[in-house]
Amino acid sequence: MSYTIKVNGTARTVEADGDTPLLWVLRDVLDMKGTKFGCGLALCGCCTVHLDGAPIRACVTPLAAIGNREITTIEGIGETPTGKKVQEAWLALDVMQCGYCQAGQIMSATALLNQKPKPTDQDIDNAMSGNICRCATYTRIRAAIKQAADLPTADTREA
Amino acid sequence: MSAEQIRDDGAGVSRRSFLAASTVAGGGLLLDLSFPTVAPAVAPAAHPAAAGGTINAYIRISPDDTVTIICKNPEIGQGIKTSFPQIIAEELDADWKNVRTEMAVIDQAKYGAQFAGGSFSIPMNYDPLRRAGAAGRQMLMTAAAKTWGVPVSECSTTASVVHHQKSGRSLKYGELATKAAAVAPPDLKTVALKDPKDFRIIGQPIGGVDSPLIVTGKPIFGIDTTVPGMRYAVFEKCPVHGGKFVSANLDEVKKMPGVRDAFVVNAPDAGEGPYVGMQMGLLDGVAVVADSWWQANKAAEKLQIKWDKGPHADHSTAGYARQAEELSKKDPVKIVRSDGDHKKAFAEAPLKVEANYHYPDLSHAALEPMNCTADVRDGKVEIWAPTQNPGAGRGMVAKVLGIPPEAVTIHVTRCGGGFGRRLASDFVIQSVLISKQAGAPVKLLYDRRQDLQHDMYRPAGYHHFSAGVDKDGKLVTLRDHLVTYGIGDKFNDSATFSPNEYPARLIPNIELAMSSMPFAQPTGPMRAPGSNGLAYAFQGFLDEVAFAAKQDPIDFNLSILGEPRVITVPPGPFGPMPPYDTGRFRGVIEAVREKSGWQKAGLHALARQGTPGKTPSGPRTGMGFACYYCHLGYFAEVVKATVDAQGSVRVDKIWVVADVGSPIVNPSGALNQVQGGVLDGTGQALGLAVNIAGGQVTNTNFHEFPLLRMSQAGQVEVHFLPTNFPPTGLGEPALPPVIAALANAVFAATGKRVRKLPINPADLKTA
Repeated sequence: MSYTIKVNGTARTVEADGDTPLLWVLRDVLDMKGTKFGCGLALCGCCTVHLDGAPIRACVTPLAAIGNREITTIEGIGETPTGKKVQEAWLALDVMQCGYCQAGQIMSATALLNQKPKPTDQDIDNAMSGNICRCATYTRIRAAIKQAADLPTADTREA
Repeated sequence: MSAEQIRDDGAGVSRRSFLAASTVAGGGLLLDLSFPTVAPAVAPAAHPAAAGGTINAYIRISPDDTVTIICKNPEIGQGIKTSFPQIIAEELDADWKNVRTEMAVIDQAKYGAQFAGGSFSIPMNYDPLRRAGAAGRQMLMTAAAKTWGVPVSECSTTASVVHHQKSGRSLKYGELATKAAAVAPPDLKTVALKDPKDFRIIGQPIGGVDSPLIVTGKPIFGIDTTVPGMRYAVFEKCPVHGGKFVSANLDEVKKMPGVRDAFVVNAPDAGEGPYVGMQMGLLDGVAVVADSWWQANKAAEKLQIKWDKGPHADHSTAGYARQAEELSKKDPVKIVRSDGDHKKAFAEAPLKVEANYHYPDLSHAALEPMNCTADVRDGKVEIWAPTQNPGAGRGMVAKVLGIPPEAVTIHVTRCGGGFGRRLASDFVIQSVLISKQAGAPVKLLYDRRQDLQHDMYRPAGYHHFSAGVDKDGKLVTLRDHLVTYGIGDKFNDSATFSPNEYPARLIPNIELAMSSMPFAQPTGPMRAPGSNGLAYAFQGFLDEVAFAAKQDPIDFNLSILGEPRVITVPPGPFGPMPPYDTGRFRGVIEAVREKSGWQKAGLHALARQGTPGKTPSGPRTGMGFACYYCHLGYFAEVVKATVDAQGSVRVDKIWVVADVGSPIVNPSGALNQVQGGVLDGTGQALGLAVNIAGGQVTNTNFHEFPLLRMSQAGQVEVHFLPTNFPPTGLGEPALPPVIAALANAVFAATGKRVRKLPINPADLKTA
């Protein structure tokens, strides 16, 4: 079946069954490999994209459910002011180890900062706990979010 | 991981490189440079040599001054694709701004062993790569000297420029590259190296070279591979090791939308016993090949496969625990070490402590599921693989297909996590066999269930300890009877027990003994293999002994270590080993005591002897200590943890002091490895265990294998002691002690010992 979806501001017509998760449409139909597969059950956050600005898990979002809503992916997030700042903070603080989860982390972090420009540690915990980092780069993810928010980056949860 | 698993590349070349290992002054590992790792070489096939010059196997310089540095080992998140080029660029005296990094193709004749494991990359390659870079610099200076008709000794370099001070002339590396490529390479043993005080690239916190591609979503991981005409495969493997395929509804599945084929792939003859080697995990399975992965996956869900589950079909986690209990009462099958007379010393000891410690089977759960793209045609195979062990994988593929290793081309992609899982080549071999039968290039991708259920698991351990302390409070004897997986006296891969396990070599009486029971699944190395469980068991038990002896655990460990001295270590699998240095060990322990405010905080058990957990009904906070030496790194760690009334454990803060020599090649990457390593360890302790029933793994996804999340990640403070020893690796050694430090912190908080992992809140609750 044929569907037209809006991805990073561009209308794209794709041929796929309506129950195909958006993740696989992005990756294997549109050849946009930035959004990652980790679990298939919305448990790890690797596949996080924005749907009308809200973070969703593309691995459990069927193509047929998207309709006219705007999809933003890691390939397009740098075009937004917050997304650009988050990417820059990620590079400045050298967050990555293997890097596989980081597209999803950046998408969740951008959504958080769009909602709460000055997040607390608790806000960060709440917004980011759906995104697993197997390398456990959480120390730097936390600091990079604060850097993108122009907050002091030092971890001060404990003395 | 055994050396054999890495050495065997099918051509036998890497074996020589390992056997040629020799020591350098001051200890450390150095490959014999007579091995042609930096001989002049053609550029990797994927990048035909442009104008300019190929200086050696690691360095290519273009006329526009771009310096391309080849990284010989896989990048799995340990940062090697950044730190290796830093080492080469430093001695080449390149301008880092113009350095590009490229992964090497797999050719162990040219590069020596190519793998990422054992935290070996830095200790094995630091010196050879410096010499490769220095050789390049020497060749560029020789080319400039010839051009100018001056002696080489009058030439010098600054960032990518050769100078002749006397005449004020200079030439850029790009201008010299073609000429330099024709210069005979200098003797690597005597090539001049920089004085470390002049380093300007080594020691800099340079960001990961692939990071700009990662934050913008570029296709650089194995799973991102696309080749023309590629199809997608799902492979449903026999769930129990030793099982066989019987029948399946293949005709029905073949009719599903998008499906091109469905067929049985029988396990190739591994050619070794079932419990050794990296061919573990090769099992019968059914492949479904389709036009998209999603279609292949949907079709595979309709598979009804009948398996003969073989001899392990009644195995279970509970069954292993029962067997371990029974075996602990019998004589061990293997004595790993026996010094003095434990039996006598224990009988005579005025203070006796006995306890059992257990850690479970674990899955690696790299976030990028196992995958590989293969194209088998015309007696050759091309492979795109996120693998840690391409050198060995190449040999195995050649063997399975019956073709020479030269007919196997492996492109190593970035790996979305390794943790040891990608040292096994099962998924590479499967993709090759599926491509061969499908007659098309195929990308094989596991889903999360398959990834969790078809791993080479970290083997569980059941430890049975006894220890004796003399009247002066000194540990005089210790015995451990470890029950783990194996058959008879042959133990599973990574079910290790080193005869040098701490406190061996430091106390007069010790017996380290083992018993085995067969396991229904393959096992393999996981980040800090052996150590990741042993450190928890030993450092947890020694904390108990210290407490029973009314001694501070830090003082107790310092007393075990004794005066600073070096203890000679016999050669390891990769050649001579540096000595074991109790002074370095003491150094990190004393430093973590100070940095963590250990005594001042008064949150460790001894400070509250008799009354641990002073507020039984509310949150209870404690501090725990542990120390460990592995992968050539000395680590001491303190954890502060709080346990609430429901028994839920929160890691408040982790202090780490490390001695991994100097220089630290990339301080940013190094710190990241330690921060992540200790958080990884706390995640294991807080929630991870693989469960087995009916011989198969029952965990299906992350709700049943709950990896650490942001809200559980404690604060981490890291200090590196800048000692004057050769630099060593950091992928692994930070992890093992943190698990014991956390367990000991829980004891300090609650008065309850954590003798079984993962930590069970039900054991700790007061409400």
